[in-house]
Amino acid sequence: MSRLYGTKGWVLLGIFASILFIVFPVLSLQVSDQNSFHLSQYWVTLVGKIMCYAIVAIAMDLIWGYTGILSLGHGLFFALGGYSMGMYLMRQIGREGQYQSDLPDFMVFLDWKEYPWHWWNTEHFWYAALLVVLVPGLLALVFGFFAFRSRVRGVYFSIITQALTFAAMLAFFRNAMGFGGNNGFTDFKRVLGLPITTPETRMILFAATGIVLIGTLLLARWIVTSKFGRVLTAIRDAETRVAFCGYNTVHYKIAIFTLSAVICGVAGALYVPQVGIINPSEMSPANSIEIAIWVAVGGRGTLAGAILGAGVVNGAKSFFTQAFPEYWLYALGLIFILVTLFLPRGMVGALQRQRREAAR
Amino acid sequence: MSAPEIVANEEGALGRLAPEGLDATHGVVLYLEDISVSFDGFRALNKLSLQIDVGELRCVIGPNGAGKTTMMDVITGKTRPDEGSAFFGQTIDLTRLTEAEIAHEGIGRKFQKPTIFEQLSVFENLELAMKADKRVRRTLFSVLKSEQKDLISQTLKTIRLQESAERLAGLLSHGQKQWLEIGMLLMQEPKLLLLDEPVAGMSDEETERTGELFLALAGKHSLVVVEHDMAFIEKIARKVTVLHEGSVLAEGPMQQVQNDPKVIEVYLGR
Repeated sequence: MSRLYGTKGWVLLGIFASILFIVFPVLSLQVSDQNSFHLSQYWVTLVGKIMCYAIVAIAMDLIWGYTGILSLGHGLFFALGGYSMGMYLMRQIGREGQYQSDLPDFMVFLDWKEYPWHWWNTEHFWYAALLVVLVPGLLALVFGFFAFRSRVRGVYFSIITQALTFAAMLAFFRNAMGFGGNNGFTDFKRVLGLPITTPETRMILFAATGIVLIGTLLLARWIVTSKFGRVLTAIRDAETRVAFCGYNTVHYKIAIFTLSAVICGVAGALYVPQVGIINPSEMSPANSIEIAIWVAVGGRGTLAGAILGAGVVNGAKSFFTQAFPEYWLYALGLIFILVTLFLPRGMVGALQRQRREAAR
Repeated sequence: MSAPEIVANEEGALGRLAPEGLDATHGVVLYLEDISVSFDGFRALNKLSLQIDVGELRCVIGPNGAGKTTMMDVITGKTRPDEGSAFFGQTIDLTRLTEAEIAHEGIGRKFQKPTIFEQLSVFENLELAMKADKRVRRTLFSVLKSEQKDLISQTLKTIRLQESAERLAGLLSHGQKQWLEIGMLLMQEPKLLLLDEPVAGMSDEETERTGELFLALAGKHSLVVVEHDMAFIEKIARKVTVLHEGSVLAEGPMQQVQNDPKVIEVYLGR
């Protein structure tokens, strides 16, 4: 316990948890919608979505902030987790689609008579959950093995991960892949037999995301405070010296890259039922770059910073895309430039520095 | 990584058990014979022969281009010799091992520019360097035992950084960084330490203390120090080897070497 956070840290985490698990459910479900304190579905979904992003940001911080490897393909792992869960959600629609068929609408539209092989067993939640972990994990394991063993480093690694997610996006756009082409999956009706749009189900999904977010934060904190975490930081600072100390740095990099991908997959699986859609645009290169921006804004190498960055940037995004939709990308660019110029260590990094200087 | 147990088993099956690790029964820790290395026709090393005894502190000097760094490269497996043999103890053929395997066998090398983990504390730097199981899973669940902590604080004392144990290594002075790197080498419990210009960029006081440190280490470890700073060499040297154009020009106590007319001509006289 004390290794992870000091008293202050645990208190802050407790406040955060009670907002998620007490304030949100009460204001959303118990307070009537006539009351001005009532939280609408819009807010529950928005915050739930941002929490999914925050989980991704923690995963990114582990690989980039702590290990110094900038992956620009993390959107792919997120989307793969989302598609794995999406297949299950499509099966849960049953015969309530437009065509009242056993098959999802897009397959009827393509005139397919049965499910393709990779949909095998996806009607079971446990199997979908397994895919959520295994698909991004195995891809990262294999990709990482070849990339790190061949000593692909720095900007070259960033570029090939970017190419990887772009290639996957083009593949998923094709109808023949069996993932709904450019429309992806949508119109979900149920999850685990519960109707997906009711406030109660939404709140369950919201709470599940909150639990995973806090669990991921604690897991990541446990990792970075272990000797393993210190080896990661050492790899970031002086990889050859780590090798001369007798560590096989390739194994370390594969391990953290794979874990990071699995975390992204879980976040994607929580995201899809809340947002109600998954399509190949989640794999677009820009999405993966945005993940890196969240972490840079919040502060690399500070897990709380990753969460804060995801919250601030996405909060700003939903404000801008409603108020001044055409200016969002300019605003994002401006945020990134300002942070790079004035807060090179991000918001949390700047706070830490201020506190250190005050202590002096 | 080599697995010494397996090698021993295979050899054992053939009826002769290979001794594990370093065998320095004859009192020699490093043995170089007739080593030659050429780069594009330039002979960096020319039939170099050198022998380092167990616990010895040897200083190697020589003008630029004499082959000092190339010699270090051959010993640590970075460069393969064209001909000649290099043995660590009686049995370990250095020309056949990779850099990591040589490090594992017990040869530690300090480069000219200190490389340490700047964002970790001094203590953590030593912790990572410490001899231990360095596989991923073990590292993830590793907890420092009290004797390991003792070992680290002992090394902190040796390199005179007890006061700075919790400081970030990046905040140390240049000389302290050099010491920290030496401390990291010591944590790996090497039998032979190769030190390339260890006092470059140090203040006079730091240089002096480094000399004391090396004298204290000799005996427990074998040390090879390559240095340009003659005043420093004079302070610590017991036996000096002068390299010139890739081979040994003179060898002996500092006094004798300094008065050798050949040495004066190529090096000291300039």
